[in-house]
Amino acid sequence: MIRESVHDLTAAKTREIVDAGDYFIRRIDAGGTIRIIDLEGNQAADTLFFNAADPSERYSASDTVREQGALYLTTGSMLKTNLNRDLLEIVADTCGRHDTVGGACSSESNTVRYDLEKRFMHACRDSWMLAIVEHEEFGLAKEDIGHNINFFMNVPVTPSGGLEFADGVSAPGKYVELTAKMDTIVLISNCPQLNNPCNAYNPTPIEVAIWSAAAV
Amino acid sequence: MTIQEMFPQDYRTTLLPAAHWSLTVRRGMQMQLTDTQGGANVGMLFYNPLLLSEKYNAPDSLKCQHTFKLTRGHCLYSDMGRVFASITEDSFGWHDTICGNAHPQHVADRWGKKDYQTDRNAWLQNGHDAFLVELAKYRLKKQDLAANLNLFSEVSADHQGRLALSRQSIAGDSVTLRFEMDTLVLMHNCPHPMNSGEEYPRNPVKIHLGMAQPVLSDDYCANLCDENRRGFQNNALYHLGLGL
Repeated sequence: MIRESVHDLTAAKTREIVDAGDYFIRRIDAGGTIRIIDLEGNQAADTLFFNAADPSERYSASDTVREQGALYLTTGSMLKTNLNRDLLEIVADTCGRHDTVGGACSSESNTVRYDLEKRFMHACRDSWMLAIVEHEEFGLAKEDIGHNINFFMNVPVTPSGGLEFADGVSAPGKYVELTAKMDTIVLISNCPQLNNPCNAYNPTPIEVAIWSAAAV
Repeated sequence: MTIQEMFPQDYRTTLLPAAHWSLTVRRGMQMQLTDTQGGANVGMLFYNPLLLSEKYNAPDSLKCQHTFKLTRGHCLYSDMGRVFASITEDSFGWHDTICGNAHPQHVADRWGKKDYQTDRNAWLQNGHDAFLVELAKYRLKKQDLAANLNLFSEVSADHQGRLALSRQSIAGDSVTLRFEMDTLVLMHNCPHPMNSGEEYPRNPVKIHLGMAQPVLSDDYCANLCDENRRGFQNNALYHLGLGL
């Protein structure tokens, strides 16, 4: 469901451009809000969330889609943890649909999807691996890297059980906004994929803005 | 008589309702699971016993085979691009790998509290706790619990993406997994998290472990799509030098 934000971008506590192939890791305090902006359109922001107090509790795609009884994420979706607790809620969305079935690219899955010799190409999971070793202060390890959200990606499931990779429903400037229900760590890989027509083989920058709880 | 001759090279058991189990299954073995009464749900996860951080990855499995349902021909991939197991036979046709497990609260809300003191091993076990117990036996933690298989449960989505537990197995339905590398298998026979039946489901599942037929060059699973051919190439690289 399309819903515009009530937040003023110029009042954000932090704003940062994240180039394709880079990662973004930051704490969001409970009640704070994060906006992810698809600056040039049809980009994928591969995103993980964790409970900042205990990162063994994290975003769970399974719990989220089961509890809302629907596969796609949009305004009103409550993101659930692996303990089935509320983690963040999508409070604004000008894109309308986000995927959480398709997972993230990795150099290993690229060998399967495209070619064994593409194993050397940069991938989301490599960005996450770099993030967890460069930011030990968040206490994340490989086992914490699970099943993510692909903001701005459109991966329709057909009633007969097929999975399609449709053209992006996103466009330049589309955004999604989430309010944290607990102190949260956000870890984004701005997807570097060069083999997928969904981004016209041209991954582009995103912007991430964070407001503190009192900013509305 | 050798010790090998004393024991048959296959093994049969029954995964009782509310039970959980784990074992290492060697490459070249197959596991046939049969729902004896209909309406069972078997939660299942795979890990590499040599390096437990390598585990079943549902998104990678679905994405590379362009499917939401899992059935005959599909390969079940690890996060490292390798094939743990192939589905070589399947009378049911659609196994869920998205909806996860029932949590203690789900089972308590629907059927009552888990209470060993009263119910003994017929207690109202839930899939989440069942997996946590099996994981801990290998020093794995809840972080290591990935999106699992729910064998014998069909979960479909309509055009809007609304999910429904749309079909469950009938008596005699069976699925056969052929293991393409040594695999630590965790499983439970606890209700699907979207099961809203009146009674806590109690459906024994027969398990038959035995040698699989050799994988030939025209194998159905390995040739289902180019992606699976490449998955089997990754397995061949992993086994390079073993001479098998």
